[in-house]
Amino acid sequence: MSSIVDLTLVELINKIKKKEVSSKETTNAYIERCKKSKKLNSFITEDFDQALKKADAFDNNPNFEKKLPGIPIAVKDLFCTKDLRTTAGSKILNNFIPTYESTVTNNLWENGAILLGKLNCDEFAMGSSNETSFFGNVQNPIGENLVPGGSSGGSASALAAKLTPATIGTDTGGSIRQPASFTGTVGLKPTYGSCSRYGIVAFASSLDQAGPMTRDVKDCALMFEVMSSFDKKDSTSIDFERDNYLNKLKDTIKGKKIGIPKEYRVDGMSKEIDELWQKGIKIIKEAGADVVDISLPNTMYALPAYYIVAPAEASSNLARYDGVKYGFRSKGENLIDMYEKTRSEGFGDEVKRRILIGTYVLSSGYYDAYYLKAQKVRRLIKNDFDQAYKNVDAILTPSTPSSAFKIGEKTNDPVSMYLNDIFTVPINLAGLPAISIPAGIDAKGYPLGLQIIGKAFDEQNIFNIAYTMEKHINFKNEIKSWWM
Amino acid sequence: MTKNKSEYLIKRNENEYEVIIGLEVHAQVLSESKLFSDSPTKFGADPNTQVSLVDAAFPGMLPVINEFCIKQAVKTGIGLNAKINKRSIFDRKNYFYADLPQGYQISQYKNPIVGEGSVILDLPSGEKVVGIERLHLEQDAGKSIHDIDPQNTLVDLNRSGVALMEIVSKPDLRSLDEVNAYVKKLRSIMRYLGTCDGNMQEGSLRADVNVSVRKKGDKKLGTRCEIKNVNSIKFMQMAIEYEANRQVDLIEDGGSVDQETRLFDTKKNQTRSMRSKEDAHDYRYFPDPDLLPLEFDDQFISNLKKEIPELPDVKKKRFIEKFNLSPYEANILVSDIETSKYFEEVIKNSDVKISTNWITGELFALLNEKNLEITQSPISSKNLSKLINLIKDGTISGKIAKSVFEIMAEGDKDPQIIIDEKGLKQESDPKELEKLIDRVIKDNQDKVKEYKSGKDKLFGFFVGQAMKVSGGKANPQLVNEILKKKLK
Repeated sequence: MSSIVDLTLVELINKIKKKEVSSKETTNAYIERCKKSKKLNSFITEDFDQALKKADAFDNNPNFEKKLPGIPIAVKDLFCTKDLRTTAGSKILNNFIPTYESTVTNNLWENGAILLGKLNCDEFAMGSSNETSFFGNVQNPIGENLVPGGSSGGSASALAAKLTPATIGTDTGGSIRQPASFTGTVGLKPTYGSCSRYGIVAFASSLDQAGPMTRDVKDCALMFEVMSSFDKKDSTSIDFERDNYLNKLKDTIKGKKIGIPKEYRVDGMSKEIDELWQKGIKIIKEAGADVVDISLPNTMYALPAYYIVAPAEASSNLARYDGVKYGFRSKGENLIDMYEKTRSEGFGDEVKRRILIGTYVLSSGYYDAYYLKAQKVRRLIKNDFDQAYKNVDAILTPSTPSSAFKIGEKTNDPVSMYLNDIFTVPINLAGLPAISIPAGIDAKGYPLGLQIIGKAFDEQNIFNIAYTMEKHINFKNEIKSWWM
Repeated sequence: MTKNKSEYLIKRNENEYEVIIGLEVHAQVLSESKLFSDSPTKFGADPNTQVSLVDAAFPGMLPVINEFCIKQAVKTGIGLNAKINKRSIFDRKNYFYADLPQGYQISQYKNPIVGEGSVILDLPSGEKVVGIERLHLEQDAGKSIHDIDPQNTLVDLNRSGVALMEIVSKPDLRSLDEVNAYVKKLRSIMRYLGTCDGNMQEGSLRADVNVSVRKKGDKKLGTRCEIKNVNSIKFMQMAIEYEANRQVDLIEDGGSVDQETRLFDTKKNQTRSMRSKEDAHDYRYFPDPDLLPLEFDDQFISNLKKEIPELPDVKKKRFIEKFNLSPYEANILVSDIETSKYFEEVIKNSDVKISTNWITGELFALLNEKNLEITQSPISSKNLSKLINLIKDGTISGKIAKSVFEIMAEGDKDPQIIIDEKGLKQESDPKELEKLIDRVIKDNQDKVKEYKSGKDKLFGFFVGQAMKVSGGKANPQLVNEILKKKLK
């Protein structure tokens, strides 16, 4: 019998329901492994004592009707958790303890899950390698000194290292899918409006979306089912009928039409990525789906538009971190001096860079040329997808242009770092759902992911495609616990 | 637009200057809760007791539109005869200040909820139409308190997030009297609508005042200065007067006016520069991504139209036409909704003319003297109506009525009871009056002689004597008639 931490979430739930294993045993197993895995630096804040108490409480009065009965789960430190420090990976929130719970995490706890701790991430989710975190780099369990991707790097690392049976992240431009791809795990960026943003530290409000990160597609469907809810506290939350995604999961895609956008074959795409993509296409065909060549002509404008819209919103969203009400404050001679010192010392370089970009593109005289134009591009990109979806049911692309890179490799070249998001960003701009599933390894043996993009609110469809492909690919994440 | 006869001009040397005024009135929406949160909005609560996580801008907190405030703004738009925009957008106005927790104010920039409209001013010289540019919704900020702690500035966030309507007029105002009439009319309309209590002491109504001057006859507007946050009509007038004269002096000295934002110092009665155009904030407005565009249909507007009460202009017209009141009287009675309600209660069962005179005369004097609102009137409309009926049917004279009124002012007593208790009923029996007058004539034979020899003025003396003898109760009209007969 494999040990508790080797089980997928769905397998673990079944064992708990059959009383073959208790919540306490499960929680203990994960805590033990977490304690031996500090080298990965996946956690910012551990909540082990409380987790054990909650596990005890569950075992004493178990409710197996719950979807996540007594399951310990660690979450990205962007979700506000009541009475537990929430930092967003930033010094400026180093001492911030919310008195409230985010809707998404609340949905987890309502469904029986237990908070294990808060996972490392890029500062305010700004980054693609988890190197902008105030709390230090995170190791990718795939190999030493490799980045786990970002911004949900701690989540991906903890998940791949089996420090949590499943986790949740947030995705503004690829922050779930890219780290999932880098760590050989599954990550879903849901349709904008599916998961409430209430209680999630905001990066770029019109793009931010929480989503699950899991070991396989079944787990992903279940986690999404739990996370997603209509929430009046978020005006952009959408009231639609949430499905029983796991129960409806099918491993057949016969007759489905899958689009292959030619614009994603970018200049300088590595042979490995191209081969991976071809492999995916072949699998889809074998599974009985039709492959259709499509065009998303405005794809090339997505990344520049994203790097205007996201910093613009961020520059405003982060204005509240001013040292007045909560979080870090540096002493100043006067109000302005206090602001300057607090924000200079409290924010890291990447956050400052984006605040500056955002402030610039919103300035009077530049607004029309940058922000307004970027919004127009955004509409064009959405139109591209709308056009494409007249002929296809989903779209298949690579998740990232490369596999995990070395820590420090791209820290001095922000543009090359931003290029990591080239395949993921258009989906956020269009508000669509997309899943990344592990599909193979490169020459170095590092995992690579494929991305399936769906129509809005068509998560069930992309789960089905991903599930079907997963069975064909039969990817095994070869992780040797080198850090232990 | 009729010509304003009470023109406001500033004379310097050989030149006459016209003063151009536009107001941005900030009216607090009458609402139990804030624009984007469910915190209460009660005035005078202890500091930071009416603050939600949203108002204090905690991480991950999101604004949710309070539909009631939207309705209030649309109603106000209807009351201003304005275009209601079925699609409007909330924008973020970004700037840093200690009492602005989000680091931005949620406001409406390019697409306000209400567009162009108009307000009719009732001036002594006639009516004047003042254009409304727009009305938009925005959040109020908190309050910085600098004078409690010697080391620190304290912040009270009770007001943070309270809904304000910013009502922007066109630069149509030309005098201090027009400013007074405009603010009062806006206040009146909003009080009729129940969309703003108009309480200036509590800061429910404040204004930014835009002032410029130009030589009389010039068509082009001069450079304007904006005087921020003036919180009473008197201060607005003082600020405008100072500012207009300052600008005229600048021009007369060969200089020019710089566009800038100024503050009015109420102690020194001066405006002073706050920041120049060069230092103006770049607010980096952009649509708030936390909020969807505000959209509603014709049904929404027509439903609200049904809730609109009769407004002062219409009521005034009705009072003039139906009750034959003068425009002046009608104005006085409709300017405040509560006064108009009181008036309409009284005239339900009483003579309109006498009621109008008594309300605008005795009652207003009483309220003024005691510094009371009409809603606090010591005399209820019911009892005033009774008093007026007693005058009308001759039970008491106007003079007696005044003393009854004084007693009523002490405790809102039924005037009939007062009259009965004090025996104040008017003597209208001709036989009794004849007896009384005979006595007066008998007691004043010398005066009768004088009168009959041509001293007509003495007639008043006899009336006075008759009234005196009757203890003021004699019906003066009958006394007149009988005296005339007897003294023939």
